[in-house]
Amino acid sequence: MMSLYTRRIWINRIGIGLSMIAMSFGLLALMWILWTLFSKGFAALSMDLFTQDTPAPGSDGGGLRNAIVGSGLILLFSMLISTPIGILAGIYLAEFGRISRFASFTRFMTDIMLSAPSIVIGLFVYALFVATTGGFSGWAGSLALALIAIPVVVRTTENMLKLVPTSLREAAFAVGAPRWQVSLKVTLRAVKSGVVTGVLLAMARITGETAPLLFTALNNQFFSTDMSEPMGNLPVVIYQFALSPYENWINLAWGGALLIAMLVLAVNIGVRVVFRNKDKR
Amino acid sequence: MPDLAVPDDEKAALQVRNLDFYYGEFKGLSNVNMDIASKKVTAFIGPSGCGKSTLLRTFNRMYDLYPGQRAEGQILFHGKNLLDKKQDVNLVRAKIGMVFQKPTPFPMTIYENIAFGVRLYERMSKSAMDDRVEWALNKAALWGEVKDKLQQNGLSLSGGQQQRLCIARAVAVKPEVVLLDEPTSALDPISTAKIEELINELKNEYTIAIVTHNMQQAARISDYTAFMYLGELIEFNETSALFMVPAKKQTEDYITGRFG
Repeated sequence: MMSLYTRRIWINRIGIGLSMIAMSFGLLALMWILWTLFSKGFAALSMDLFTQDTPAPGSDGGGLRNAIVGSGLILLFSMLISTPIGILAGIYLAEFGRISRFASFTRFMTDIMLSAPSIVIGLFVYALFVATTGGFSGWAGSLALALIAIPVVVRTTENMLKLVPTSLREAAFAVGAPRWQVSLKVTLRAVKSGVVTGVLLAMARITGETAPLLFTALNNQFFSTDMSEPMGNLPVVIYQFALSPYENWINLAWGGALLIAMLVLAVNIGVRVVFRNKDKR
Repeated sequence: MPDLAVPDDEKAALQVRNLDFYYGEFKGLSNVNMDIASKKVTAFIGPSGCGKSTLLRTFNRMYDLYPGQRAEGQILFHGKNLLDKKQDVNLVRAKIGMVFQKPTPFPMTIYENIAFGVRLYERMSKSAMDDRVEWALNKAALWGEVKDKLQQNGLSLSGGQQQRLCIARAVAVKPEVVLLDEPTSALDPISTAKIEELINELKNEYTIAIVTHNMQQAARISDYTAFMYLGELIEFNETSALFMVPAKKQTEDYITGRFG
């Protein structure tokens, strides 16, 4: 008869074995994707990628300059829109309206926004902005991406502020500070790195978004920094080029995919560095 | 002997009259009446949950932060009722400072920790602020230890230093009353001794109310002691009298360690 103790050891072994299998399955898929991306992407990397614009159908070579700059601009403006709105809304939820009905309504809407399919947000901006202003534009793209980023920033800011110990908040009130000063100068500062992390993760989240841009910024084959015109951007270029019959287009799509993956990776590593420095203090 | 033991030869900084306090439905304090003597140390002792911290937190209306908590009655400060709804709570807190159980430096430099509160109510030049910071740190007996690292984060200090920074911060805004809520319970004996010494210095200029779990501490540093139990002020007297000849049985049982 197996003793209770050996039985427990065996259950433990089986449990660990199963979780290792699950882990390696996930890791294998990830490695496979990364391996394909890196091998094909690096083959496509060259200076041309950064100096030349997307090629016309049937022409040779070409690069992604217009799409890289376009993506950069769209991302920049969407973060400029979503960061202040997201942080202020997060402060409202955590510091001002903890139990008010309006706050719980806002919190509920934020959660819905968080899980809304990005294509729906693209269509929303299309109907509200593109259709009424008379055309696809970089602004519309930034707006759509901002709408996706805002709830991420709101939630991380709120969650971070909720971690601030009550004692610190009370201490700030105890010197006679009004609530807005307590929020902006003390509690927000106490969770600065967490909030920055939230903003960066929101950026990583929207970097690869394709669907909302299809309906808003569309694409532009030519170099442009005019946000009121359709604008080239990496996700849409990858989407279009990957489905094309031209070999140089497909290569460029791999190159673009690698760039996006590297950017997201860099952001994630950056976030970890921020946190590590915080722990060392 | 009545509950209301007003030290008649002293000027009262705070006069508590018929104070009741509620946490929602639960009554945390009932009918507290007492005077806090000006420029003296008044200690509050009693078992956990007796309402001593609750009482202290009514003096600067800290309870206002939490919906559902409310106080009824009067706390007179310069003849005005602090509990009045029209009273500007931020001004109250600037006049009646508080130091908490755990050191709570703000996430900024040592200098800014002190300047933060001062800037809220006074406009002054950089050099005047420098002087104020030095003055406050001196008051808290911390200047010597931090004068070369004013630009370091307040969190880089040791626990005892952080607590003295918090005292400096409270003193810097020039309050009249300083409330101390178990200020040494998270500190080692040496830091505790420094804080107690400091309290002894500070009472020359400030009215001090201190909540403590430590009866020896109350006996060492206070001029008056209030013993509380189950939300009521059981006995309030000069510290020596309260500890030597307690008037109430409950007080005697508590200070002799029979309960609590």
